[in-house]
Amino acid sequence: MPRKQLNGRAIEVTDEGFLVNPSEWSEDLAPLLAKEIGIDNLTDAHWKVIRFMRSDFEAKGQIPSIRRMKNEGGIPTKELYELFPEGPAKKAAYVSGLGKPQGCV
Amino acid sequence: MKRLVILGGGTAGTMMVNKLAPHLIPRGWEITIVDQSETHYYQPGFLFIPFGIYSKEDVVKPRRDYFPKGVNVIVNPIEVIDPRQQCVRLIDGTMLKYDLLIIATGSHINPGETEGLVNGSWNKSIFEFYTADGAVMLGDHLKQWKGGRLVINVVEMPIKCPVAPLEFAFLADWWFTEQGMRNEVEIEFVTPLPGAFTKPVASSLLGTFLERKNIKLIPEFSVGRVDGEAHKLVSWDEREVSYDLLVTIPTNMGAEVIGKSGLGDDLNFIPTDPKTLQSKSFENIFVIGDATDLPTSKAGSVAHFESDVLHENVLRFVEGRPLVGKFDGHANCFIESGHGKALLIDFNYDVEPLPGKYPLPGMGPFSLLQESKTNHWGKMMFRWMYWNLLIKGAELPVESQFYMAGKYRS
Repeated sequence: MPRKQLNGRAIEVTDEGFLVNPSEWSEDLAPLLAKEIGIDNLTDAHWKVIRFMRSDFEAKGQIPSIRRMKNEGGIPTKELYELFPEGPAKKAAYVSGLGKPQGCV
Repeated sequence: MKRLVILGGGTAGTMMVNKLAPHLIPRGWEITIVDQSETHYYQPGFLFIPFGIYSKEDVVKPRRDYFPKGVNVIVNPIEVIDPRQQCVRLIDGTMLKYDLLIIATGSHINPGETEGLVNGSWNKSIFEFYTADGAVMLGDHLKQWKGGRLVINVVEMPIKCPVAPLEFAFLADWWFTEQGMRNEVEIEFVTPLPGAFTKPVASSLLGTFLERKNIKLIPEFSVGRVDGEAHKLVSWDEREVSYDLLVTIPTNMGAEVIGKSGLGDDLNFIPTDPKTLQSKSFENIFVIGDATDLPTSKAGSVAHFESDVLHENVLRFVEGRPLVGKFDGHANCFIESGHGKALLIDFNYDVEPLPGKYPLPGMGPFSLLQESKTNHWGKMMFRWMYWNLLIKGAELPVESQFYMAGKYRS
């Protein structure tokens, strides 16, 4: 697996740049990851999504779905699309240091 | 006298009652199994009904025929579970006290969760195949359909048998070819996931699979609403996909009674210990099969591998011994790929589907992540195994725990 330099740390990432180990993530990395995918400024609304994704992932062992972000995280789906345009589940997971959403195969 | 109540008499509940009755009844336990209907469905067979390979008769049997002697069988919907009072109330008012509860209430489709999905064109131009009746109606429609754009859409994950929508697309490609009308049909596969195959090894080996079958992929499409009159799916970010025939895989949810009893998450799936299968909230409740919230597939094979672990843990619980955390997320699924062939995948919580041979390393007879005719016959033979061995709780010649032998990474 390749590594990339973020805030002076060499972090293992997939070919598409997703963190391999969610445990290597810390909040200081989020703005850097966000910039890579065209989000220059992380607002409080972005952070609400990121923090919910992290805590839900820790509790459940899987990346929360758009529905779960709405029902459990209190983030309306339309708003989620405004914050992370074109594929919010993937982009929010990217910034939150989680893997790409996957099926079973 | 101690009481075990099992909620749900489908694949998982039936396996558990058959495994536990011979151990617990002689120790003085009373066992009761509850389901809302008399009919047991062989759910993997639903996929074949729209293409005339199976009929409805091929996938149904009376539930009671598969329950062991000496067990109380109650056919009645459940009103509520009260874990603090350790009792279950049924719709007719019956109260069932329990010392130990196993929840195996499964999952089902809930099309009402998507705006506009259940509209005037439900079962006219919008169909599903996750129920036997839905699959029969889709089959009747396909027989007289003149062609056009067939869209297969997964509304959201997780879904039961996550490969079934892909299998439907592959079988549709084969079936329309057989009918001599493949040129009249466009097949589109619309999914909220980033691809049809999302795991790294599978996507590198099977990347061109859809292209070769002339199936168009539309990834990362999350349906916000359906416009039945205009025959369009509209995503949350206002992209549109139009269809002549929509085969939808609606939102899958756990049983309503789970939500009503405060035992579930936002989809009514029950927070469950991923290794022991004990409920995270109540130590005398265990959960098995599609009813759990575990990060593995909702599939009969998973319920089967779980049943061995749960069997052991129930006996340990009864004897006051510590539970074992042996469940590893093991799943295996045949993926019917059309033209008399199928793929097979075998994986667990930690290891993605890999190529190789299964169950015997180097020998098979089944090939992993690769099409073969033997895989197809395995899938077709499985119905016999299901009715005659699996749900009766018999030992099958496959290990419950995943193993790397016979698999390779590059």
